[in-house]
Amino acid sequence: MPLLYPLLLSAALFGIGLYGVLARRNAVLVLVGIELMLNAVNLQLVAYDAWFAETLHTGQVLTLFVIALAAAEIGLGLAIVLAMFRATGTIDVDTVEREVEA
Amino acid sequence: MSLPEVVFLLLSAVVIASAVLAVGSRQLVHAALWLVVTLGGVAGCFVLMTAELLAWVQVLVYVGAVVVLVVFALMLTRSPTGARSAEVTANRPMAAVLGLAASLGIGATVITGFRGVRITGARPGTAESIGDALFTHWVLGFEVLSVVLLAALIAAIVLSRSGSER
Repeated sequence: MPLLYPLLLSAALFGIGLYGVLARRNAVLVLVGIELMLNAVNLQLVAYDAWFAETLHTGQVLTLFVIALAAAEIGLGLAIVLAMFRATGTIDVDTVEREVEA
Repeated sequence: MSLPEVVFLLLSAVVIASAVLAVGSRQLVHAALWLVVTLGGVAGCFVLMTAELLAWVQVLVYVGAVVVLVVFALMLTRSPTGARSAEVTANRPMAAVLGLAASLGIGATVITGFRGVRITGARPGTAESIGDALFTHWVLGFEVLSVVLLAALIAAIVLSRSGSER
């Protein structure tokens, strides 16, 4: 399989995730965008590992680390979003600043 | 073009389409469920790139845990779940331009760097080979990661308890 297939898929996925992070108003869906970007990174790492084929399996082990860190990140991120919801009553990233000031 | 390549291209189309729906769907719960399709498709791509252990980890951690967390968070924050509930910000055109620029930038870079290179799959990422690498060469990183996970766990508990006492 050409190495370009997974790399181009990852490029597309990263762009879509970036759009989601910047365009969504709901803070939970901003985190969904971040997950998409992390998955793009994972695809690149696995593709390079399958191409390089060394005994250390650097790419795939780093992907495991990224998956674990992403799980920690989404757990903490959602805890913060819930705390924000309890403090302000909204998770709309556009209006939450005004709610805090008011 | 061999069979794995055809399957990979089909999966890529599914991944991209469902990712677009996950960030663009007007209904919150639909967006979260399209995320399942995207992450499952990426797991399929992992299998086709001979990373079978990672594919299962992806299914267990992402499709199993992360999506459930996201749906729970949508529920707990009483997000509106009707049609047109997932609004977008006013800077949507700018976000689209930036996302497109990032895709084109990364795409151009990998095309210039890796045109004509092929994946052979000489060393499949089985549980045995990944486990060997992880517990011989990557032990330090693995241990540090477990401390990070513990810290994140405690932090999440503290964060979610701190508001409820008041």
